Amino acid sequence: MTQMTDPAETQPVALTRKDFVSDQEVRWCPGCGDYSILAQTQKVMPDFGVPRENIVFISGIGCSGRLPYYMNTYGFHSIHGRAPTLATGLKVARPDLMVWVITGDGDALSIGGNHFLHTMRRNVDFTMVMHNNRIYGLTKGQTSPTSEFGKRTKSTPLGSVDRPVMPLTLALAAEATFVARTVDTHTEHLQHTLEAAGRHHGASFVEVLQNCNIFNDGAWREFTERDVRDDRMLLLEDGRPMIFGKERDKGIRLRGLHPEVVTIGQDGVTEDDLLVHDAHAEDPYLALILSRMFWPEYPVPVGVLRDVERPTHSDLVDAQIEQAIEKSGPGDLATALLAGETWTVE
Amino acid sequence: MTTTTQPIERDVQELDRVTIRFAGDSGDGMQLTGTQFTRTAAVFGNDISTFPDYPAEIRAPAGSLPGVSGFQISFAASDIHTPGDAPDVLVAMNPAALKTNVGDLTAGGALIVNSDAFTTGNLNKAAYASNPLTDGSLKQYRVFEVPISTLNARALEGLEMTSKQIDLTKNFFALGLMFWLYERSMDPTLSWIDQKFGARPVIAEANRRALKAGYAYGETTEMFHTVYRVPKARLAPGTYRNITGNEATGLGFLVASKLAGRPLFYGSYPITPASDILHQLSAYKQFGVKAFQAEDEIAAMGATIGAAYGGALALTGTSGPGVALKTEAIGLAVMTELPMVIVNVQRAGPSTGMPTKVEQADLFQAVFGRNGESPLPVLAPATPGECFSLAIEASRIALKYMTPVIYLSDAFVANGAEPWRVPSLDDLPDISVPDAVPGNGTFLPYARDPETLARPWALPGTPGLEHRIGGLEKADGLGNVSYDPDNHHRMSVLRARKVAGIAADIPPLETYGADEGELLILGWGSTYGALRSATERLLAAGHQVAQAHLRYLNPFPANTGEVLSRYRRVLVPEVNLGQLAFMIRGTYLVDAVSYGRVRGKPFRIGEIVDEAERILGVGA
Repeated sequence: MTQMTDPAETQPVALTRKDFVSDQEVRWCPGCGDYSILAQTQKVMPDFGVPRENIVFISGIGCSGRLPYYMNTYGFHSIHGRAPTLATGLKVARPDLMVWVITGDGDALSIGGNHFLHTMRRNVDFTMVMHNNRIYGLTKGQTSPTSEFGKRTKSTPLGSVDRPVMPLTLALAAEATFVARTVDTHTEHLQHTLEAAGRHHGASFVEVLQNCNIFNDGAWREFTERDVRDDRMLLLEDGRPMIFGKERDKGIRLRGLHPEVVTIGQDGVTEDDLLVHDAHAEDPYLALILSRMFWPEYPVPVGVLRDVERPTHSDLVDAQIEQAIEKSGPGDLATALLAGETWTVE
Repeated sequence: MTTTTQPIERDVQELDRVTIRFAGDSGDGMQLTGTQFTRTAAVFGNDISTFPDYPAEIRAPAGSLPGVSGFQISFAASDIHTPGDAPDVLVAMNPAALKTNVGDLTAGGALIVNSDAFTTGNLNKAAYASNPLTDGSLKQYRVFEVPISTLNARALEGLEMTSKQIDLTKNFFALGLMFWLYERSMDPTLSWIDQKFGARPVIAEANRRALKAGYAYGETTEMFHTVYRVPKARLAPGTYRNITGNEATGLGFLVASKLAGRPLFYGSYPITPASDILHQLSAYKQFGVKAFQAEDEIAAMGATIGAAYGGALALTGTSGPGVALKTEAIGLAVMTELPMVIVNVQRAGPSTGMPTKVEQADLFQAVFGRNGESPLPVLAPATPGECFSLAIEASRIALKYMTPVIYLSDAFVANGAEPWRVPSLDDLPDISVPDAVPGNGTFLPYARDPETLARPWALPGTPGLEHRIGGLEKADGLGNVSYDPDNHHRMSVLRARKVAGIAADIPPLETYGADEGELLILGWGSTYGALRSATERLLAAGHQVAQAHLRYLNPFPANTGEVLSRYRRVLVPEVNLGQLAFMIRGTYLVDAVSYGRVRGKPFRIGEIVDEAERILGVGA
């Protein structure tokens, strides 16, 4: 077996973005949002100081599934929806590795929905990056779990009759310890968000709002375009009041259980009336409220909704083994073979 | 009941073999009773074979027919292979147990009934129009009516227990009586009671009293004129323990991980009759075993692939419906050529079928049940003890050939028990394989060992071997995604050749009986005992027959065709509707005759003998 090493104990290595670029030709449609996600992922990798060989990218099926081929690390392109299960087994067997799960809205929330739920609640120490383009791209344009109600696609010619799920709400309900949202075209924010997620100890979930210029062009255009985004998106900053708008004059206030959009300076509203973001709050209420806010009722929150520390799945698994050995010593095979009553035949 | 302090004169009759079946409500503790009798007989030195037969319902309505739970044990002074076709003794704790089991009792067999349970209510629940104890319908048996509930309650008088709690101990009264009847010591069970109920002195005392009261009842009643003695069996020298197939499976994989020098990972989702393996491996924390209860069967399989990718000896365990769910991921394991073992403890299907009942109908599923050309080795243990050695063998093949392996156990071999000679660790093979190490030039994740055709096992964490694998077809050697038509054909053939080549690395198919002749009885899996015993009988009757039993279902041992050619006819009995027979006919162009019965029960020796004689033209 390869000697296991804790990523924290390995010597920081000086790598550059280029070290993480594989020799494979990238084959996404020109203009696809995945290019940006790949570029920022490669860019952020050197910052972790983890040697390439200790990093594993695992993907499922869909356009996003190809990303591991383009990373010059270890990579596993698995089957539809199951990447989190491979990552779980790998982390249990090899807690020393840094594991990334690359998935899409169909892969994670439809066929892989059950694994999404359970890997989050177990706090498996990996970073899941979900490319959310609200459409099935690789199968050429069917409705996805995040498609709008009434959306017309090849499989829903008269409009989808399914209500979309809110991925961040799902992640929070599943006890995820790190939940964030970012946008493919907001490259700097994307990079910072990936970095924060990668540094989190435990299950990290990052929803990347991504465009599919072939089957769902303009998936998030209404609020992500340069000219409107300041007014229609809420950039979350830990410990700061929730202010947005080109003029930085709008904010979020809580009325009863409901958030409301207010204008600073109107009706006596001041900055002190606004909600202050607290990503490290132990309870999930604020994060849950933020996860339900969406355009056009609200500006769309981006950034880290929740970032709390809990023991990871593999930490707990290893601790039980250590305790068992501490209590009764390492297992003895001869004793196990002779368990129960034995007798001797001469 | 007559009691006397004078010793009663009784005959002692020596027997070579006795088969007892305990039957009662699923809440009556029949499995425990049977297990205790088994341990006692095993420790005494008999050869034993058991068949626990229990309902899927945890607690069906008390007294009802579906709620009957049974445990059959055969113990003998000679080498035996099955738990017996028909019990010589039936212990029936209520009318439902009598009704569902008495048909199996040999004519003239002993029937011990708890007469207290034959109330109008219980008779109605068992759909008896009249009381069988009084209507003469049991004339062909030796009936012993024992008011077990009453006698047991009397023995427990004075203990601080509810009448319901007292009633729960009556199985130990029956056990005590059987211990007396077969001259068995109560000591193993008494020490078990101390261990189990040490912290609850009243319960411990109640069970002790119940056991001793049953034993004393046998001693003092005049009902039994004979006691029976089954001498020790002449087993090969060594240290023995009693073991079930599932226990031997778990233990085998634990040992395999040490022999391979790799940590053991077990990913599983609870399913009957495989869950005991999960329980056992979950308790091996001191050995560093990582047993993971997944959210579903698919996740268990995915996690197993992930652990194999990381360098562990990785396993998953399930039953047929679980394999159905894992199928796509098993295909991924075939495509990525990672080593792991998939344990299928088969049960009666299709669908949910009869979850606690015996069947071996997942052979096609194991060999063929995936999309695309997706070959993998399939092994099947024949006896509870063999589950141990075959677990090591399955691991050896998986590691050496970098392939998923299916290990086909079944409910009969998994739950059945036999005395098992504990092996010495020194006698077990080294099954370790090296990890890939960086060499000169580009790393080729799909380069192959010229002998085994195995690809290298390049573990994450190894500098210089960074590579990408996955479910898409890979270019030969280089491992890049490839849609090249010739490459796909070449890779498909390579994967098939790799698995087929294992035939040269496994033991030849052996025969028992005539070296050539009229009939070969060919089987696989848990039917071994019945087929072996049937062959013994046919040989004793002077027929030119032999038995061959396959442990390797894919690939078949290299000499299989040659063995088949030495007999005029081939009979393939299976607890399915002819799956191995179909494979034998297709592979060897042999006119194999299928004998398939799916009743949720193992074969009886007699029916195999009858079928063989029919083919041989005996008595026609």
